[in-house]
Amino acid sequence: METIKTDVAIIGAGGAGLRAAIALAEADPKLSVALISKVYPMRSHTCAAEGGAAGVIKPDDSMDYHFNDTVGGGDWLSDQDAVEYFIQEAPKELTQLEHWGCPWSREANGSVAVRPFGGMKKQRTWFAADKSGFHILHTLFQTSLRFPSIQRFDEYYATDLIVDDGRCQGFTAIEMRSGQMKHFQAGAVIIAGGGAGRMFPFTTNGAVKTGDGMALAYRAGVPLKDMEFVQYHPTGLPNTGTLLTEACRGEGGILVNKNGRRFLQDYGMGPETPVGKPQLKTMELGPRDRVSQAFWQEQKKGNMVSTKWGDCMMLDLRHLGEKKIDERLPLVRDVSVSYLGVDPVTDPVPVRPVVHYMMGGIHTDIRAATPLPGLFAAGECACVSINGANRLGSNSLTELLVFGRRAGLSAAEYVRSGASAGNDAALAGKAAAAQARIRALFEKTGGRESLAGLRKEMMTTMEDNAGIYRTEGELLAACAKLADLRRRYADIELNDKTNVYNTDLLQALELGSMLDCAEAVTVSALERRESRGAHQRLDFVERDDKKFLRHSLAYYHPSGPPRIDYRDVVITKSQPGVRDYSGDHK
Amino acid sequence: MSERVYQLEVLRYHPETDSEPHFQRYSVSCEEEWVVLDALNRIKETIDPTLSYRWSCHMAVCGSCGMMINGEPMLACKSFLRDYQGVIRVEPLAHFPIERDLVTVIDDFMDKFKRVKPYLIPKHEKPVSEGEYLQSPAQLKKFKQYTMCINCMLCYAACPEYGLIPKFLGPAAISMAHRYNQDSRDGGRDERQEEIATTEGVWECSFVGACSEVCPEHVDPASALQQVKIKSTVDWYKEHLMPWVKK
Ligand SMILES: Cc1cc2nc3c(=O)[nH]c(=O)nc-3n(C[C@H](O)[C@H](O)[C@H](O)COP(=O)(O)OP(=O)(O)OC[C@H]3O[C@@H](n4cnc5c(N)ncnc54)[C@H](O)[C@@H]3O)c2cc1C
Ligand code: FES
Repeated sequence: METIKTDVAIIGAGGAGLRAAIALAEADPKLSVALISKVYPMRSHTCAAEGGAAGVIKPDDSMDYHFNDTVGGGDWLSDQDAVEYFIQEAPKELTQLEHWGCPWSREANGSVAVRPFGGMKKQRTWFAADKSGFHILHTLFQTSLRFPSIQRFDEYYATDLIVDDGRCQGFTAIEMRSGQMKHFQAGAVIIAGGGAGRMFPFTTNGAVKTGDGMALAYRAGVPLKDMEFVQYHPTGLPNTGTLLTEACRGEGGILVNKNGRRFLQDYGMGPETPVGKPQLKTMELGPRDRVSQAFWQEQKKGNMVSTKWGDCMMLDLRHLGEKKIDERLPLVRDVSVSYLGVDPVTDPVPVRPVVHYMMGGIHTDIRAATPLPGLFAAGECACVSINGANRLGSNSLTELLVFGRRAGLSAAEYVRSGASAGNDAALAGKAAAAQARIRALFEKTGGRESLAGLRKEMMTTMEDNAGIYRTEGELLAACAKLADLRRRYADIELNDKTNVYNTDLLQALELGSMLDCAEAVTVSALERRESRGAHQRLDFVERDDKKFLRHSLAYYHPSGPPRIDYRDVVITKSQPGVRDYSGDHK
Repeated sequence: MSERVYQLEVLRYHPETDSEPHFQRYSVSCEEEWVVLDALNRIKETIDPTLSYRWSCHMAVCGSCGMMINGEPMLACKSFLRDYQGVIRVEPLAHFPIERDLVTVIDDFMDKFKRVKPYLIPKHEKPVSEGEYLQSPAQLKKFKQYTMCINCMLCYAACPEYGLIPKFLGPAAISMAHRYNQDSRDGGRDERQEEIATTEGVWECSFVGACSEVCPEHVDPASALQQVKIKSTVDWYKEHLMPWVKK
């Protein structure tokens, strides 16, 4: 097996991974950086983000407002020291992107424009029309080409971390073009592998978001934090799950039920505001968890519009007019027309909540370091945690930048602090063991399980039992089912036993990642006997700060369910209070 | 929802076992509102797990799923089954070597893209602490369209010149250079000209305009090439016939 030696290796070349690579290259051009990704960087799912990235820049806004919105939006499960760092760094990072050429939308005077977003008290979301993530990703990718110390390994799939002498010293990865296994031996490793929405059947997440990064760390003994918090975005196209950004509502779109009523006013987000005059932090600009939960309640009451794709609410943008829609929301119009055949200029668009984002992930501290020395993580796969129990829209893109950079700097510091050289023979032995694991899956015959079959069962289990509202009974059923699926996974036989670009093999490995993540979600959810943010229990409807103002930590077990432990939330200045989305009416 | 059976004829090639590509016919039941990518996914899940192709976003933004559909370069996630009649023929993007099935080798594009220095080379350096560069909506408009390129390479598959002369830098790379040249914050044009105002660069283009026709993001690479050519001609005249005029 070929060994590739590098100072720092990064798994993932989305927004977080690219930002980390650039930070490393700028901090010390002599450090060699290997940037590994299972897809070409531009294909990473950061490209799909539409709405924008939050950072305080306008004079009527303040750091305290952004802090309070984030902490309250997260139902006080965010670590406040991390939030403080995040909001302070946010404007610098967004300005840095501007200096790298990001085509942010502008005000008439040439300054960067901002737009309103859900749960935010002030307008602070920087945007590039409705392709913000796309432009961020491409700006970062293109900027990364300037740095000779960054060496890319495109279409390499990381399979196992290599841990020796109590620290992470690299990983193994499959070069997809040849099917060969490579051993990356690194002084430090950063995981930036993105989210895991593909555990669910109906999601805004692209095919790459299978939780590999989380699973890599988890299996190496690093806990996954707050995995029970899965965000539903209220407005996905009902057939494909394609996202219609929250900016639709930021620009003034409204949500109505089958009677034409703006039902959010009946769920603590009223009173009604004038149509086309969105008011911050209330009605349609309430936070995602509350809006998705209101949908569910209305559906139970039979107030939703039934369509051939299931029950929907209607997103009405017509009053914005064609000009504004084309200028601010061109992608929204394009995808609605193409995939659903509905033009938002002339008709309301049916939408329903869709799995969107993982608040939980690899346990990291404010330096983006995991408890395993030499291992760092950033982006959606990590949980710092600034998002707590519910992320506010447009905080994630900023998070990629702030903590991607932080991970790069921390890894540089760690490598330069001179950890002793690795034991080559021991590392090679561990890489060979990883290779043997993959080979066994590859060569297995007589297996009785099919990849597509197990995947489908997993998705159905998650959708039926770990959705917007949860109960003890359903979660117990999901845990049992996932334990069973994990056992049956060992009995998968591949159909494709060739080397070059073997997607059958990669999908099997991805399924393994998703099953591990899914079990961490359901077991953590079962143990959290309260309702907070995106985790709502019909059998424990109240938030319980006495018992659960704590992060959950799921520890991997190779043949059984994870062990769940807890850790206190860091509170610096904001004591848990009531989340109030009633606008100015108190 | 109504399903109907569609016929797809898909190019298969496996370098470990095949000496040359062949076509395989699949009959697959699909929803009428589906795209070709959905049909491929259904084939992979229910009929043939060995079929290989790239995709991720399913919303025409990641640029992975470019292929030839009935001979035209298209994104599979934005080609609707309802728009085709009879057998739908699916092949890898033209003008690129086949890695396997519908997966092509794109090293050449990645190299060329990097060569044109597709990043901001600031006209005036300033630290982040001094805030953003001002840029009016009109200045943004001058290059915004060229930032929309998703690197799907449909324009390379459509370009007759690239098919004949593989050294040609090609539409997407030149448009990206032009994008930065047109950016009010940028001062790197001279450096990029060394790559693009050459015979392998813009002078190779014969203005067929096929690139702009197939571009799913309306980037209009042909207009970028045209503008680069005009500006390069002006440069040449200034340098050779009017050396006293500064560029
Ligand atoms: C449709 C949509 C719209 C969104 N809109 C917004 C928004 O407006 N504002 C906002 O703040 N947030 C938004 N988000 C959330 C945000 O975009 C994501 O959380 C964020 O982009 C994730 O970035 P990332 O760098 O962590 O991961 P990604 O961009 O997903 O990148 C992950 C990388 O890891 C690599 N990788 C994964 N596994 C492996 C492996 N095994 N081996 C090698 N490489 C691997 C992949 O190849 C990829 O390069 C949106 C999300 C979606 C889905
Ligand atoms: S799958 Fe992303 S462009 Fe088609």
